[in-house]
Amino acid sequence: MRDLLTVLVLALSSGAIYALAASGLVVTYTTSGIFNFAHGAIAMFAAFMYWQLRSGDAWHLPAPVALLLVLGVFAPALGYAIDRLIMRRLHDASPITRIVVPIGLLVALIQLASVIWPPDRVNATLHLFFEKPKGSASNASATTLSIGGVHLTYHQVIVFVVALVVALALRLFLYRTRTGIAMRAVVDNRDLAALNGADADRVSSMSWALGSMLAALAGILIAPILALDQVQLTLLVINAYAVAMVGKLRSLPLTVVGALILGLAIESTKKYGNHLPHAFNWITVDTVPVLMLFIVLLVVPQDRESLIGAARDRTRVPMPTVAHAVLAGAGLVAAAVIVPSFVHGNALGSVGYGLALAIVALSLVPLIGFAGQISLAQLGFAGVGAVVMFKVGADGNPLALLAVIVVCAAVGALVALPVLRLRGLYLALATMAFALFLEKAVFTRFDKFKDGDGAIGRIRLPGLSLRSDRANLVVMAFVFAVIGVGVAELRRGPFGRRLQAMKDSPAACTTLGLDLTRTKLQIFALSSAIAGLGGALLGGWRGKAGPEQFSLLQGALPGLPLVLLAVVGGITAVAGALLGGLLLALMPLVGDAVPTIRNLMTVAPGLAGISLARNPSGAVAQMSDNVRALLFRRRRDDDSGADGEEPPDDLRARLVPELVGVGGPASAAELRALDDELGLSWGRCDGDPADQ
Amino acid sequence: MTPIEAAPVLELRDVRAAYGRIEVLHGISLQVPAGKVVALLGPNGAGKTTALKVATGQHPATAGHVHVGGRHVNGCRPDALARLGVCTIPEGRGIFRNLTVRENLRMATYGGTSESVVLDRAFHRFPRLGDRRNQLAGTLSGGEQQMLAVARGLAVDPALLLIDELSMGLAPLIVAELYELVAAIAAEGVSVLVVEQFARTVLGVADLAVVMQHGNVVASGVPSDLQAELSAAYFGASA
Repeated sequence: MRDLLTVLVLALSSGAIYALAASGLVVTYTTSGIFNFAHGAIAMFAAFMYWQLRSGDAWHLPAPVALLLVLGVFAPALGYAIDRLIMRRLHDASPITRIVVPIGLLVALIQLASVIWPPDRVNATLHLFFEKPKGSASNASATTLSIGGVHLTYHQVIVFVVALVVALALRLFLYRTRTGIAMRAVVDNRDLAALNGADADRVSSMSWALGSMLAALAGILIAPILALDQVQLTLLVINAYAVAMVGKLRSLPLTVVGALILGLAIESTKKYGNHLPHAFNWITVDTVPVLMLFIVLLVVPQDRESLIGAARDRTRVPMPTVAHAVLAGAGLVAAAVIVPSFVHGNALGSVGYGLALAIVALSLVPLIGFAGQISLAQLGFAGVGAVVMFKVGADGNPLALLAVIVVCAAVGALVALPVLRLRGLYLALATMAFALFLEKAVFTRFDKFKDGDGAIGRIRLPGLSLRSDRANLVVMAFVFAVIGVGVAELRRGPFGRRLQAMKDSPAACTTLGLDLTRTKLQIFALSSAIAGLGGALLGGWRGKAGPEQFSLLQGALPGLPLVLLAVVGGITAVAGALLGGLLLALMPLVGDAVPTIRNLMTVAPGLAGISLARNPSGAVAQMSDNVRALLFRRRRDDDSGADGEEPPDDLRARLVPELVGVGGPASAAELRALDDELGLSWGRCDGDPADQ
Repeated sequence: MTPIEAAPVLELRDVRAAYGRIEVLHGISLQVPAGKVVALLGPNGAGKTTALKVATGQHPATAGHVHVGGRHVNGCRPDALARLGVCTIPEGRGIFRNLTVRENLRMATYGGTSESVVLDRAFHRFPRLGDRRNQLAGTLSGGEQQMLAVARGLAVDPALLLIDELSMGLAPLIVAELYELVAAIAAEGVSVLVVEQFARTVLGVADLAVVMQHGNVVASGVPSDLQAELSAAYFGASA
């Protein structure tokens, strides 16, 4: 009984943390229509900022001043900037862009924070609020409070109270004030909100400022409890995704309920976890939030509104001819033969790494590019491939690759089965949950592999030595080329047409008698098989592998940036996957070669993701468009018979109307008389719209 | 009478508008005189909705002038025009589906009318909306949703009311009811421009009508004089 009470009190206290983190997420989603993957990263960044202002090792300002500066100035300004520079472009973007751009922001912020506050040089820790400095003579009771025999620090009590106040205040703000209602209205129907007289741009800037402020509040309160660490703090808020999903990202009361459930689940796992039967030992404190996210996504009916508002994906899917594809593949293999003559050592290592990652990225082309099914778990599937290779093909037996393909295809289909009805954001989150589960519960079960030391041999053929760097690189290039030609061919065939049809209109597909379930299972199986193959080859290239290579966010080459760069490269084209994989591996290399831009290179993947807000078709499409435009212009110059210029876009730039009378100039008095008669009030036009 | 006093509430003069390189309005002119109901008619793709969007500031005019109450308002943003007293009920259902009836009406207060006045007027005219004030607007029936949209036009007492395709997807009985209401709003002195594809539904309440075809105004005048032009525009007979 006493134990139960302890668990309950602790659950309330950690539930409060999740409620705080999740409510900001809910606010940004309800007021901007964009799921802010970067919420945790903003929280982390603001916590570092607070440390910078507050800490004795840095600027050492008093706590109230530091709090005011971070919550009142820095965080709103950051939110405003994010909206102005990035999110504003997204309100009619395709679903994949709306997901990838915030992920880009997440990656960029994490990397930026590591550049500004390098973990190896800055030892940043935040103290609990009202904690007595160490070494002072006070006893424990001065900083703690006893409730039901459980000792709570004042900090925990503050978190609890703040979470409660924030939830209530937000509820009142969003449903009782006109500005709050306008924030929700702008998400619902932006044009109509403007026709009602609300300044939509201004309203959404305010929403982002508010969301960013809430993130900062959560970051500052959570950092002292957890740790002031770039990745850990960001991941904690990812745990809050599950909580926010309970309320379908819209309902604050349900979010609080979700936070309590998660708090209870985590605390009871902590307490009773080791009493679980052996078969359930994968239920740990680490996996509970992930499992909860997955289950909630499956149970909660998909919010149809999350699909409305996003424009259809109009990205072009290029269709190269067989000859072109084969030629390009041959070119790649030839390059793989030549490159080792010029590139050595670390650089060559990165090139091979990039090529292996390109195969993993290639698995996204049919899945996201053709079928429109978003998956963030591809590097996880690659990890499964590496595990299988480690278990059955550590000697480099090529037949083991068959096992890799079979196992990964089966795992892919198995994952696809429960998430079949999910689309867009929900699918992305479900696959993300699966990737985290793989990382925390599966990869850690294999001895040696879990320590990053799982030896994997390079592929060998009977009577043929393929162990040299050059031979292995050629093998990988060959695999990429074969799959690449296959993927390009797939798009031209009946299966490719089915995928494209499914992406364009699932409803139309069902009326035509297309079996969507089967198509989805097939594409998921195919895609994970390709990813697994990439993972197995990646392990072989390095000689050993571990969870670090296949994690979502931690480690040297994490999974989120891979998806990011594949989309940046151009998710509908095979060449885009190659570009994405190579970029990811080679960017740090450029930084090493040219130290002055090393910091820039660290942040580059994130920035590249953000840049998608401007050109959602990806780099390859952009480049080919530019080339085509250049050719076209030359041709047009030759003809010199060009049609008219496009009208300028700045026609709407002026805000206040001119005072020009109709039928000749009018005096101010005449105009005023006219206004009175018609009931027009120009004074309202340039007045302050949003907060009256 | 000076020319100023005779100025129409809304005037488009030689307005051109384009989507990218494709021009869809080839220099149209039309006027909404004070206190009158003007019907803008024409078949699919004639440019009616684009003309309306130019008038509300949602779409830029590439040439020509838009005047509201004697002022040149090219380049004015839609929210600024709305706060000024131009009320637009867009095509489809002009409501926020995820907001309650009451919150929808609250959004109408940006023009300066107080919330209590807006609610009073709306619920007085549509008691049914009053019964459902806390219901999500998306869960109302089609007719009720359109009532809510029109209630906004009624409640804010605008200088100019612009309505796009009021009848779309609604039963004829409800359409008739809604147009009676438009007539009532006009009777209070509000100038109204109604865009309609189906001419008969609106001609009963319109003082004037303008017929558009292929991005040009092909006829305008009193409704009873326009029967021939209407048939030509809709059925493709040469004019």
